[in-house]
Amino acid sequence: MKFSGYKRPDGKIGIRNYVLILPTCNCSSETCRMVADMIDGTVTFTNQNGCSQTQDDVQYTIDILSGFAANPNVYGTIIIGNGCEVCGAERIYDNIRKRTNKPLHKLVIQECGGTEGTVKKASELARKLVQESSLLHSELYDLSHLIVGTECGGSDATSGIAANPCVGRMSDRLVEKGGTVILSETTEFMGAERILAERAVNEKVAARIFEITERYENYLKNLNTDLRGTNPAPGNKKGGITTLEEKSLGCIYKGGSTKIQAVYEYAEEVTEHGLVIMDTPGADSASLCGMAAGGAQIAVFTTGRGTPIGNPVIPVIKVTGNQETYKKMHCNMDFDASPIITDNISAADNGDELFELVVKVANGYKTQAEIFKMREVGIARLCNYV
Amino acid sequence: MLKALKIHEMDNVAVVLGNVEKGEDVILSNESLNCIQAKDMIPVYHKISLTEIPEDGPVYKYGEIIGLASRLIQKGEHVHEHNVKSVLKTNN
Repeated sequence: MKFSGYKRPDGKIGIRNYVLILPTCNCSSETCRMVADMIDGTVTFTNQNGCSQTQDDVQYTIDILSGFAANPNVYGTIIIGNGCEVCGAERIYDNIRKRTNKPLHKLVIQECGGTEGTVKKASELARKLVQESSLLHSELYDLSHLIVGTECGGSDATSGIAANPCVGRMSDRLVEKGGTVILSETTEFMGAERILAERAVNEKVAARIFEITERYENYLKNLNTDLRGTNPAPGNKKGGITTLEEKSLGCIYKGGSTKIQAVYEYAEEVTEHGLVIMDTPGADSASLCGMAAGGAQIAVFTTGRGTPIGNPVIPVIKVTGNQETYKKMHCNMDFDASPIITDNISAADNGDELFELVVKVANGYKTQAEIFKMREVGIARLCNYV
Repeated sequence: MLKALKIHEMDNVAVVLGNVEKGEDVILSNESLNCIQAKDMIPVYHKISLTEIPEDGPVYKYGEIIGLASRLIQKGEHVHEHNVKSVLKTNN
């Protein structure tokens, strides 16, 4: 089984072929949008950050921006900065160059004649990159080149019993083929870290699992917030979730049953094969962005209640175990895991079907979020703006 | 007859897939011959006990321990906060 991908000069294999118009900060976001609205084949997003942030938060922003540009689905990038921001165009340029040698340009609004001058220069560059990218031929590659991020959001009782076990099977199948699956959302490991640590490939990885959950918990404690004390939430309990470990187990089931090979920092480049963990927040868009910046080419997103969100650089496959949601939000859903509940279909059979869909999406089949141009971006953060 | 889903073969609870009345028979959807009489009213997606679980005995779901029985749980009982305790430390 193979997929049709685009080989990048850095050796990575993309499944889409975008030109990224990259806003370094909030102030250049709308100028980027004008370029992206005009030029077919480009993608952009609103960057809420990039300035007035503490050092750690600036680093998160830099890692996300450079990770997006390095994502294999991106052919090349045009950075647009404003000129006085902390995450300036030059700085982002240098950080992207540390991760990839793909086509890259930078423009600064304050030096290019404001929005009009910048849009003119950027659209000329974008047209050139889009035409170059259209000449690229796709070739067949082994599934071992695929990195799939997993995510859950808008969960309900069906997520833990149908959608997540279905994704777990897909994860096992991809790992068996030599591919990579990222399990994310550290806040949702809490209570299950011991179980995850037992599945770590070695003691070092096990220690890292405890380290990222403790770090998160200590951070929340400094804000006088106790996640264990507020979880499971009253709504979870009403839905049948009794303990925090039960809630977390339902969540980590997405990763399947293989050994955990590595633990990555937020937005860090993923290089190991097999099942890995990334330290991301539970917030859906911020977690998806972390995995996209880490190099995932696709995400699989389970949602009982239903959510439309997507990502600028990776297709997001929506899986629901709730039959009502599948019917009511049909236009936003890509895969129905409810037969596990309604038709005695096993999670294994249902998960095999999902695995086929993942390969189909890798081969170019568009997800609902892609068709709607859903490109939400959230970047993890530790502190208020300064 | 209402169905319940046992997620992992090691589990001693199953998730009911509809609201269950006291005394109603519940059939395990993936083990079609296995039928359990509910001892309580059990809301949809809540758990039913598949065996007797002694006090402090582990409650298994997903093939893992989700908590310990805080008292003896009989086969067919609703399994929730009133008879299960978390084994995690809390910061309270």
